[in-house]
Amino acid sequence: MTARDAVAELRDGMTIGIGGWGARRKPMALVREIVRSDVRDLTVVSYGGPDVGMLCAAGKVKRLIFGFVSLDLIPLDAHFRTARQSGALPDVMEIDEGMLQWGLKAAMIRVPFLPCRAGLGTSVETENPQIETVQSPYADGEVLLAMPALELDAAFVHVDHCDERGNGQILGPDPYFDDLFCGAAKRRFVSCESILSTERMTGQSCIHSMVLNRTLTDGVIEAPFGAHPTACVPKYGIDVPHLQEYSKSAADADAWSRYRERYVDVDEASYLETVGGPERILGIAAPVF
Amino acid sequence: MSGYTKAELCIVAAAEAFRGDGEVLASGMGLVPRLAAGLAKLTFSPDLLLNDAECTLVSQPISPGPRTGELAVEGWLPFRKVFELLWSGRRHTMNMPTQLDRLGYCNISRIGPVARPKTQLLGVRGIPGNTINHPCSYFVPNHSRRTIVERVDMASGVGHDPERWRPGVKKDFVDLRRAVTNLGVFDFEGPGQSMRLLSVHPWSSEEEIQKETAFPLARADVVHETPAPTAEQLRLIRDVLDPNDLRATALG
Repeated sequence: MTARDAVAELRDGMTIGIGGWGARRKPMALVREIVRSDVRDLTVVSYGGPDVGMLCAAGKVKRLIFGFVSLDLIPLDAHFRTARQSGALPDVMEIDEGMLQWGLKAAMIRVPFLPCRAGLGTSVETENPQIETVQSPYADGEVLLAMPALELDAAFVHVDHCDERGNGQILGPDPYFDDLFCGAAKRRFVSCESILSTERMTGQSCIHSMVLNRTLTDGVIEAPFGAHPTACVPKYGIDVPHLQEYSKSAADADAWSRYRERYVDVDEASYLETVGGPERILGIAAPVF
Repeated sequence: MSGYTKAELCIVAAAEAFRGDGEVLASGMGLVPRLAAGLAKLTFSPDLLLNDAECTLVSQPISPGPRTGELAVEGWLPFRKVFELLWSGRRHTMNMPTQLDRLGYCNISRIGPVARPKTQLLGVRGIPGNTINHPCSYFVPNHSRRTIVERVDMASGVGHDPERWRPGVKKDFVDLRRAVTNLGVFDFEGPGQSMRLLSVHPWSSEEEIQKETAFPLARADVVHETPAPTAEQLRLIRDVLDPNDLRATALG
């Protein structure tokens, strides 16, 4: 399927989850496709990076469920900050990053909530009155936070390889929570660096890299360098100069229009050429933190 | 004061927060905390685990800046295992909050109201889970009435205000261990578990610290001068932990 086919399934007001972490292995080709679409009023669930910032800049986000938004080597995302500080994004559910994976897991395994201590006694508890507590039915009687299931209408993730049937392989050192995002969603779209035969994927790497099985995925989109400007290690690192340019485009509406015209309102082939082509991206070293 | 920098003394003072920790993951977020965890590991807390802010456990501290040579890899710790480990209590974090208050609440999230913050920061990250599950310490490089406040704008982590604790919630694992600033060292053992001055850095004074703090500060029965780094500590900081001297700008 194509990125356009996947995004065409979105409707106004849907809740979407975006895999990856910060500036790492974000499905940016799919995010750019969402920016180009007419869809609006999205609730976005993410370990946020430029995916969140770009969707905020494009006015797509009605509500954000998040633990942080960061570009990693650039600590804060300028577009997200602009959206928050201008009042354009008043509706946020700010939660502990462990609570976020817990909410996805609850949705995945079809329970209404999972208990944890994280969040209790903090502003996360007081500013999110829809999050309830629950008392242990056992002798300890402890009161715990009941992290509600974060049910997603659609999930978007980016991995290294997929086969045609939707088995996905992650070669980077951290799978993040992509499997939980897929498990929590009704429709699951996976972009990948390349579509390979099942035998080629499983034959060339450790079996542990086969993170997504085909029960977790509905659509596979071949999108080489589809995580750029975020990292997809070991293939390529974070494009810091590009993220600096992206950050500067938060200066005002004109700057964002220029960024958008140059990098978003174009097809992916043109995008790749404009950002320096495959050779340049392949030369970006893995990040050192 | 001679023969060492303010940052070097802060690193030594911050390392003390990890004294007595056994096999726990020592996570220093930001330069001084990271060097402090490394110094503790190389000296009095050798059993500490360290990681690389990605997903690798390492058996030797990693020098910040351009990396040379291979990491001393000890294990694999992707984010989901970090959550399991910290919820199980086997971690001690040191963060650099934008605000820290009288009862130990920290803020890395925002300044101003939730609907329209004056300044949007990172978001709470894992601080709610950290502070309610395992020892936590703080480093504040710019101690002032704007950073050491009566009450934070957003409580990213837990603290010691009884009104914020719902009956039945387990507080047993809360351990706000130390706060180190560019002026002094503190714990949270003052009246009502409030912030308490333990030692004053050689270039500061109790008067200055009180003046730069937005609330009346408790003090330990005896307030010492923060000890200067030893020759061996300075050698480890300069030659092993931070040969690129990133600490030169750590206090702004």
